[in-house]
Amino acid sequence: MSGSPDRRRRRIPVVAILSAVLLAFVAICALAQEIIAPKALEQDIYLGVVGGGVEGHLFGTDQLGRDILQLSLAGARSALAGPLVVALGSMLIGFLLGTYAGYRGGVVDMLAGRYADLLLALPAVLLAIVVAGLVGRGYWVTVAVLIVLFSPSDVRLVRGAVIEQTPRPYIESARVLGIRPSRIMFRHIAPNIVPIVVANLLLNVAFALVALSSLSYLGLGVPPGAPDWGRQLADGRQLLGDNPLAAVVPGVLIILTATAVNLLGDWLSDLLDRRVVAR
Amino acid sequence: MKGLVAGPVPAFVLRRAGATVLLLLALSLLVFGLLYLAPGDVARNLLGTRNVTPEALAEIRARYHLDEPFLQQYWRWLTHAVTGDFGTSIRTGRPIGPLMLEKTGITAATAGLAFLLSVLVGIPAGIVTAVRRGRWLDRVLVTASVVGVSAPGFAIGLLLLYVFALGLGWFPIYGTGEGFLDGLWHLALPAIALALGLGAFVVKLTRAAVIRELDQDYVTFARGRGLSEAATLRVVLRNAAIPIVTSLGLMVAYLFGGTVLIEVTFALPGLGALMEESVLFKDVPVVQALTLAVALVVSVTAFLVDLSYLLIDPRVRARTVRR
Repeated sequence: MSGSPDRRRRRIPVVAILSAVLLAFVAICALAQEIIAPKALEQDIYLGVVGGGVEGHLFGTDQLGRDILQLSLAGARSALAGPLVVALGSMLIGFLLGTYAGYRGGVVDMLAGRYADLLLALPAVLLAIVVAGLVGRGYWVTVAVLIVLFSPSDVRLVRGAVIEQTPRPYIESARVLGIRPSRIMFRHIAPNIVPIVVANLLLNVAFALVALSSLSYLGLGVPPGAPDWGRQLADGRQLLGDNPLAAVVPGVLIILTATAVNLLGDWLSDLLDRRVVAR
Repeated sequence: MKGLVAGPVPAFVLRRAGATVLLLLALSLLVFGLLYLAPGDVARNLLGTRNVTPEALAEIRARYHLDEPFLQQYWRWLTHAVTGDFGTSIRTGRPIGPLMLEKTGITAATAGLAFLLSVLVGIPAGIVTAVRRGRWLDRVLVTASVVGVSAPGFAIGLLLLYVFALGLGWFPIYGTGEGFLDGLWHLALPAIALALGLGAFVVKLTRAAVIRELDQDYVTFARGRGLSEAATLRVVLRNAAIPIVTSLGLMVAYLFGGTVLIEVTFALPGLGALMEESVLFKDVPVVQALTLAVALVVSVTAFLVDLSYLLIDPRVRARTVRR
């Protein structure tokens, strides 16, 4: 976008590299939770809350005497797993429904449009709070709720991209050749909208991370006691005087992770945009 | 006078108003249905862990009309809601209308302050980044705005509380304060926490709008004719203002989502905190009323934004009327 797009295209920006490194670290923590943070849930009621710097507890402990560092590292799992499933699930719905609605139009298109209107008329986080609070309190129930709430905007995105592809000559020729509509949709159109879908996926992950940790913060996501950054923040709110790190560490982790995902997503969509334009 | 009533613009306004009402009706049905289907027995919840006789349970069900068929319940609720009567809160036993009204002040003040802050800081910052596109200031501000958009308000809020209230002691930790100035002082941190995400969004929006205008041919022409940069910028800003102003209206929806978490974080007794308590207690009538109220505010704002488009931009007016 700046004056020298050629130089910038070849060089990967520093922020993107930093983001990737941070996310790799979070991903490793999420995958190897048992190895990296084996004592995350070990309680020590007699110890109770201690501040940072105590021997064996770099960042201190929480009400239950759990080590903040280990707990925060263990929280990486619910910070990545849920948002990834939300983004993938909502993208799958968006991809199937959006492609069909965009290519075939008709009743499906109309219904998908109204469904999106309905859900987008309310703030997603607010709806998630209401639905997750009343339907059930569990991590994966909340994830499922978020998939339903996130999908309308993905449906719209894919639908728009498909409608843009449909009048192009390659689709018309495919039609003239008598190729089945399902094959046109998913073998001919789909590869051309994949860049948009992929870039949007990352932005959805960041949004889902914020939404899920918001719900956990309100006590609606993960069960009590589970390692989760949102939950830790809620617990740490009472400890700001005794051990502020109990809230600061998970808070900084949420902010950094969400920012890294967004920065990477922005960079990726810029890159893909430029490629589409270049073609 | 007649032209005002019968022209194509009023027809568009009417059509748009009708669509808004339909959308609200559908939303109210959705909200009511969702809560109707929610697991957990409200009547049992209400009686707590006490030993419950079937008679007492039936009595409670009858009092809150929980024993009627779904559509009858919905219709009763909707007709009452239209007149401002949302029933009584199960948790507090108080009528919901006055309950909501007394909590509106704090939420409106916090949200209003946040809105003002994000606009007053976000728009100038957005203009600066657009004009200095590609320079270091632009890159720093754009990266900062990504942080602002990504960071959840409650995490920011807790960090602010820790640094500025507990650490430096510049702001009070909890409470709402008395009087205007004291109230402002108490609401400053919550408003900043809420404004950060919003302001970052305004920066992005303003930057995109101004850059779009700066790339237009008329800017090249104005510069070629020897117009000063300031004079050129004035024309650019006037054109960029249209998408910015109309998008600001849509940010109301965002504010309502964020206010729940901010009020919980700062222990402010506003509508958001009421929503949280009611959801956790399964105080269904209050949740229904609040959700419907938010839906009303958001869709009426969207409607007004559409109308303001018509007022601000003659090109849109012409297009709409021709259709």
